[in-house]
Amino acid sequence: MLSRRTKAFAAVAGAASFALIATGCASGADSASEEGGPVELTIATFNDFGYTDELLQEYMDENPDVTIVHNRAATSNDARANYFQKLGKEGLADIEAVEVDWFTEAMQYSDLLAEVPDSAKGRWLDWKEAAATDAEGRLVGFGTDIGPQGVCYRADLFEAAGLPTDRGEVAALLEGDWENFFDVADQYTAATGKPFIDSANSVLQGIVNQLETAYEEPDGTIVATENADIEEAYNTVVERAVPISAYAGQWSDDWFASMANGEFAAMLCPGWMHGVISGNAPEIEGWDVADVFPGGGGNWGGSYLTVPANGKHVEEALKLADWLTAPEQQVKAFANAGTFPSQTESYADEDLTAFTNEYFNDAPTGEIGIARAEAVTVATFKGPKFFQFHDALQNAVTRVFDGVEDQTTSWNTWVTEVSAF
Amino acid sequence: MTATATRPPAAPTSGPPRQPRVISFSQRLSRWDLKVSPYLYISPFFIMFAIVGLFPIVFTAVISFMDWDLVRNSGEFIGFDQYAWILGQPQFWTALRNTFSIFLLSSVPQLIVALFIAAMLDRNIRARTFWRMGVLVPFVMAPVAVALIFSNMFGDNHGLVNNVLADIGISPIPWHKDPFWSHVAIATMVNFRWTGYNTLILLAAMQAIPRDYYEAAKVDGAGAFRQFWSITLPSLKPTLIFVIITSTIGGLQIFDEPRMYDQFGRGGAAQQWLTITLYLYDIGWGQWNFGRAAALAWILFLIILIIGLINLLVTRRLVRDEGRR
Repeated sequence: MLSRRTKAFAAVAGAASFALIATGCASGADSASEEGGPVELTIATFNDFGYTDELLQEYMDENPDVTIVHNRAATSNDARANYFQKLGKEGLADIEAVEVDWFTEAMQYSDLLAEVPDSAKGRWLDWKEAAATDAEGRLVGFGTDIGPQGVCYRADLFEAAGLPTDRGEVAALLEGDWENFFDVADQYTAATGKPFIDSANSVLQGIVNQLETAYEEPDGTIVATENADIEEAYNTVVERAVPISAYAGQWSDDWFASMANGEFAAMLCPGWMHGVISGNAPEIEGWDVADVFPGGGGNWGGSYLTVPANGKHVEEALKLADWLTAPEQQVKAFANAGTFPSQTESYADEDLTAFTNEYFNDAPTGEIGIARAEAVTVATFKGPKFFQFHDALQNAVTRVFDGVEDQTTSWNTWVTEVSAF
Repeated sequence: MTATATRPPAAPTSGPPRQPRVISFSQRLSRWDLKVSPYLYISPFFIMFAIVGLFPIVFTAVISFMDWDLVRNSGEFIGFDQYAWILGQPQFWTALRNTFSIFLLSSVPQLIVALFIAAMLDRNIRARTFWRMGVLVPFVMAPVAVALIFSNMFGDNHGLVNNVLADIGISPIPWHKDPFWSHVAIATMVNFRWTGYNTLILLAAMQAIPRDYYEAAKVDGAGAFRQFWSITLPSLKPTLIFVIITSTIGGLQIFDEPRMYDQFGRGGAAQQWLTITLYLYDIGWGQWNFGRAAALAWILFLIILIIGLINLLVTRRLVRDEGRR
């Protein structure tokens, strides 16, 4: 009996050691990690970060002790629910990806996240790094990608309305503030009788992201309803953007359908929107990208990697996150999935600068993205309730667009609503 | 037991002292078996219920009195503030209105149509099984799939319904702008899915009605409608109560359809189709405010309880009791 059992043990141990050699298996990694033995690191992302198995294998080849297990959630919403249910408790991966939309919520718990090592600091665009630094000055997020916004336009529709079609000329035409942008839009609408831009709320998004202070101040004071800039943004959008927009908001079935049938001529366009357009209107020829954004630069979207401080292998996880968000790897991720780098150094990389997009009339989207990213000068302070305030304000614009309420009533409804937050 | 133990020893006894009955251990076991086993056999359900049902309900009640932080897993007791906040929100009252509006627009036509179809299927028709199974097909579809298809049909600009209306010269319906029309659209999805299910339940109950009643009624010269009114309906009473109560609970908890009705799933810019459960979900998982969400959950629970009771009383009155005939 005893001997049979030892034999079984021996067999299992043999198999296990074999597995260890083969894959750098994690059995007993908990205790071994302190001695520098084999470690299994988990990384959780969503959508597509461009972290292919080949890319992760590169790291494993360089660090034979490390095995990486990559879990991908389908949507950022799934990841968000999972993140907040487990943060500070157990069950999160060693590295967790966080989207910029709910990154401010995560920043409330920055004390539960490990700090980015000094060696990595300064790698990112200033505003990208500033958004991940908490009140105590701890940087807790490794920036991955960003969404620098340009203007996508339909050259054929521009031509029909008597506007320039060359992307350089369009950039010159739209260069300037929002007023200028709306004037061009009015011109288009007057000539064709059709809306110029896809949605009014994308304009609101663009304008609010150019403000220093939106709804909250860094010390936690809520200024949403008193902030004159917000009221002005709302009024501008309602008075100027609503009349020239095809839809109130994006992502509806109607909106997707409209991309192919030429209902509108232009969109405010972060890099990742290119894929959305080409995916929904594959037959259409004429989409192009202009290297311009009204009122300065604008960013929409992007993500961070965070390392929960109570993880089992914080040290190793920080090293991996550091490596993944290094410029060289981010450029590879960009080539894999189009995630535009937030690391300044990568803007000199030829893989990025030489990148063109065939669908958009061979526009140099790499160059345009770099120019657009560098045009962003303002980092809007986004407190933990930014999303709630902004969502409610978008609803206010939608109410006016739909004709449910007039400009003043809708603003007052918003004020009442957010006062209860 | 305690009563026997504390009985005063000097209690007067009449007659000769009773011979103590000696029972063996196995006899005792079989007596326990008789008394305890039934409870033992049903206990798995109740143990499960206590873990996954009762505990969350009680814990929700606890959280509803707190300002709860999900991540830090701690809260501060604040009394009835969360309830007061919920009741002070105009959105809550809009959500309540919408919930009832969608509930009425779905349940009432649904039950009437289900009754009618069941009565038709109860007759002698060809390919009976085919028709009976046919009404259940929509029920097999996942609610999210149904909602996706219907959302496409009810698009404001490019939806199927509005396209057809435009073709015949009727102005398009503002499905996502007007509260009433959005409720109609959502109720349509609910009806599509649940009418067949209710039909089958009612049909099963109809089949159980003894045919002699109808024969006797025919002899007495009662027409089809009179037969339905005086025999079918009263006999369906217990089933109707069941169907009405389940569709009330389902109707007041409606979630999938309004959530899938637009791309944001938060009930529309002016809360046109915000329902209570949608509001609850948004407060909980959108704003991470579980104190308020828990309070709202309890308010919803109480509403359903009250409506359920009213339902029971009204249904009892309306549908005549066959026992008293």
